[in-house]
Amino acid sequence: MNEQTQKSMKPMPEQIAYANLLFIGAWVGILMMIITYFLYLGGIVSPHVDLALITQNWNKGVDDYLQITNSPHGWAWLNLINKGDFLNFVGIVLLAVMTIICYLLLIAGYKKRKDWFYFFIALMEVVVLAVAASGILGAGGH
Amino acid sequence: MLLKYIKKWCLFVNLMLIVIFNHPMAVLAAQEVGAAGTTRPLWFWPLILFVFCFALGIIAVLAGVGGGVLYVPLVSGFFPFHIDFVRGAGLMVALAGALAAGPGLLRRNLASLRLALPVALIASTCSIAGAMLGLYMSKLNPNLVQVCLGATIVGIAILLILSKNTEKPIVRKQDALGLALGINGAYMDEATKEEISWKTHRTLPGLVLFVFIGILAGMFGLGAGWANIPVLNLVMGVPLKISVATSKFLLSITDTSAAWIYMNKGCVIPLIAIPSILGLMFGSFVGVKLLSIAKPKFIRYMVIVVLLFAGLKAMDKGLGLGILG
Repeated sequence: MNEQTQKSMKPMPEQIAYANLLFIGAWVGILMMIITYFLYLGGIVSPHVDLALITQNWNKGVDDYLQITNSPHGWAWLNLINKGDFLNFVGIVLLAVMTIICYLLLIAGYKKRKDWFYFFIALMEVVVLAVAASGILGAGGH
Repeated sequence: MLLKYIKKWCLFVNLMLIVIFNHPMAVLAAQEVGAAGTTRPLWFWPLILFVFCFALGIIAVLAGVGGGVLYVPLVSGFFPFHIDFVRGAGLMVALAGALAAGPGLLRRNLASLRLALPVALIASTCSIAGAMLGLYMSKLNPNLVQVCLGATIVGIAILLILSKNTEKPIVRKQDALGLALGINGAYMDEATKEEISWKTHRTLPGLVLFVFIGILAGMFGLGAGWANIPVLNLVMGVPLKISVATSKFLLSITDTSAAWIYMNKGCVIPLIAIPSILGLMFGSFVGVKLLSIAKPKFIRYMVIVVLLFAGLKAMDKGLGLGILG
């Protein structure tokens, strides 16, 4: 096996760090979803939207649903984090934010290696995901 | 003893298939629409979804397809949820599965970052556009989304029939773009104990195809493994193992961007999304254990039939024909 092949068979250290962080984040997120869902359905933390109201309206479009159930969009759910249904978003959001966090490790790795093209690609990806997460694009009013 | 064990598991798989194909829970679901939220206990709907998705998770692994591609057409066809919420949950289902699988694939260096990063940037940007377009279409007319979803699902079923992936494609000469990006690598084939070096060709057409894949993934909340793998493998000449692993890793990025759009819009209802995610994940674990004794080829054909049916049903529903019930 030549040196080049040997080198490409070994993941770079940031890749392993990415994997380790993703492993922890993903499973913590899933565990949080299980716990918060139990608190929600078990009635331990009261919900913002009554369960019956959800089942009566989940066949409607999202705009009508949000209006009828008086539910927030975008990051406004944070104001209702003490409610059982919106508490569930903690685990869901953790899953959705993990890629952004892990990419920061890659940015640092490519910068260290002076691999500027991949540094730029990773940076752009973080920008794209951050814009999507910010709610600027998707949280049109209702 | 072994035969008895196999028979037991085959019976279990068959039962799971019956659950999916005869969709008795969907019948229940339909009956419940009128009486929603009246007499059923709190855990009734989550339990139905969990069991349904658990079965889907098993089938998805055995058939070698992602959870999202089965989840969206089947749940939108047979459950009373609006397509907006099904797509939101579908993306979360695909995302959770990809995030859980990602660490193992990265540690073993099967998911190639040099391949995934440029592709992910294109696909995730386009999946945002797809998600916004899908939500806009749904606002205009949800039936339009149903028809387009149906047509896409039928297309995926045809793609699954026709695409014959290649274990180790022959790439004689790497193209300029692939070379400039340094998209190459090597891995150890555990089965043959062989070191396999790989590189890409037709890199530009491959990257362009990810524009469309991203848009479709975002628009319908499908995940995109069904399209990622053939493009990486057949168009760009990436070995199948690397294609499958990189595709799974790619989903964790592509689906994240689209999932944020749906989540910020309010399309993720935890009551629907969480049992779906957990059901599919646990089902996938069981599916992996069953892989060695099941007949994946047979199950794959059955899934193709189900996808064809689900696609035609979505089109039927969208066009308001009522032919398929």
